[in-house]
Amino acid sequence: MKSVVRRLFVNFEKEEKWINDMAAKGMNFIDYSFSRYLFEKGTPGEYVYRIELLNNLPSHPESKAYIEFMEETGAECVSTYWRWVYFRKKAADGAFDIYSDYDSRIKHYKRVISLVAAVMILNIVPAISNLYLGLFLGAKSGIYANAFVSIANWIVVVTFMPMIVSYVKKIRKMKKEKKLYE
Amino acid sequence: MPESTERGALTEAVYYILLALHTPMHGYGIMQFVKEISKGRVNLGPGTLYGAINTMLGKGWIKALENGLDSRKKEYEITELGRNVVEEEIQRLEELIINGKKAVRGEEI
Repeated sequence: MKSVVRRLFVNFEKEEKWINDMAAKGMNFIDYSFSRYLFEKGTPGEYVYRIELLNNLPSHPESKAYIEFMEETGAECVSTYWRWVYFRKKAADGAFDIYSDYDSRIKHYKRVISLVAAVMILNIVPAISNLYLGLFLGAKSGIYANAFVSIANWIVVVTFMPMIVSYVKKIRKMKKEKKLYE
Repeated sequence: MPESTERGALTEAVYYILLALHTPMHGYGIMQFVKEISKGRVNLGPGTLYGAINTMLGKGWIKALENGLDSRKKEYEITELGRNVVEEEIQRLEELIINGKKAVRGEEI
């Protein structure tokens, strides 16, 4: 039996936790398209899910080679969305972590940060210019369209900012640990 | 990593992957081997393993084997250069162990 759940996540770690919580309840994630999660009823706790951001789109030869490698190790590529990939592995096969050392974990966080930061910067500029335009035009003509667009831009900036801060903090903590341990 | 001629320590993952590849193996085989010889302590993440393999291929420490029949599963093997790297690392580790025992337990070696 399949069911659709609509949800929108901005933080992939929260999304991953949610998908794993669903899997623990026997709802196995099988497909994603924008804000739409498809689940299939199965055995509770059968799978462990991991989300990863690739360097390239899944159709890129490098990504293809990587996904093939992952599948050889017993992981299954369940779904892809733009550069995001959803992997799962049978819980019976033992712990499933894509990265097992600080260096590769830091590298992945940096990749996510550069994506999130790019989206944020793309919104900061229009957030400011639309605010200015909105207030200026609004005062003149009573049309506040730009001001509303500016609000949307600000929402993106405000939701993405704490995420970047949390990733940066994580990287810093790992770098500190790395001075002592591998 | 030191900038001078002095070489740094290998990461645990790299060291164990190089040990594994004294016999030709594919990715999953390496993960299993490392888990086994470390008695379950070292669990290589496939993403970390993939990155390490590519870096070592680039450095010429390991090579990919061309498999005629089952070309989907790529196998890797250590090279002469890789063997030298492991040999040097073993010497470095031996020095660490000897000095550790001397300092901590007062053992004369």
